[in-house]
Amino acid sequence: MSTLRMHLAILPLALAATTAFAAAPGDAAPAFTLPEAGGAEVALDQLKGRVVYVDFWASWCGPCKRSFPWMSDMQRKYGDGGLTVLAINVDKKRADAQKFLVATPGAFTIVYDPAGAVAAAYDVKGMPTSYLVDRAGRIVAVDSGFRDDAKAGIEARIRTVLESR
Amino acid sequence: MTGIRPALRWTAAIALAALVSGCAFAPPKPWEKGELAKPAMQFDADRLEARYQDHVYYSKEAAGGGYGVGGGGCGCN
Repeated sequence: MSTLRMHLAILPLALAATTAFAAAPGDAAPAFTLPEAGGAEVALDQLKGRVVYVDFWASWCGPCKRSFPWMSDMQRKYGDGGLTVLAINVDKKRADAQKFLVATPGAFTIVYDPAGAVAAAYDVKGMPTSYLVDRAGRIVAVDSGFRDDAKAGIEARIRTVLESR
Repeated sequence: MTGIRPALRWTAAIALAALVSGCAFAPPKPWEKGELAKPAMQFDADRLEARYQDHVYYSKEAAGGGYGVGGGGCGCN
């Protein structure tokens, strides 16, 4: 019976160990290398020195559709200032993403993570979720979901991070 | 009686193992919900039809709402 009790005591610890690490502000952004549609690999490490807006999206996600024009705007406005918008698609089927992109084009870098490995590394809590990564590769802010009333705040934060060299 | 106890213990161990592993199924992660988001996976296949049904249902039941919309059961809203 004592071994049973010991096993029961270990159980919560075992459950806690399986809980994934969530990328949070202040942490170093987990490194990744993912392919673009053309096959070219994009590594987060290559973008050190630039501010990166990492956005996880899927074709079946409504708010993602609304975030695309805004992210294109951000890339256009702040690209020269050092911002890279890097959108990570998590669709299992590439065709679903392509269909979405025909209707909702994005003027920024789009890479594909069909296995969800990078989404798991960041422990994404919802679709879409964005991570603002500073020039040193550190996560500054995490935003889950995309609401129109949050745009201005996120843009202001991007500007602050761009200015702090 | 003493012959039964080890058997009981085994049964308890197996039952516990089944219970614990029963909880091991992990719900889909947020990025894995593509299939669930498909229209065919919704409870209501047709949104308009569902709204119409709700409307009739709660006016017939003379109950106020229950579907997020307030109402007095008169069928007028």
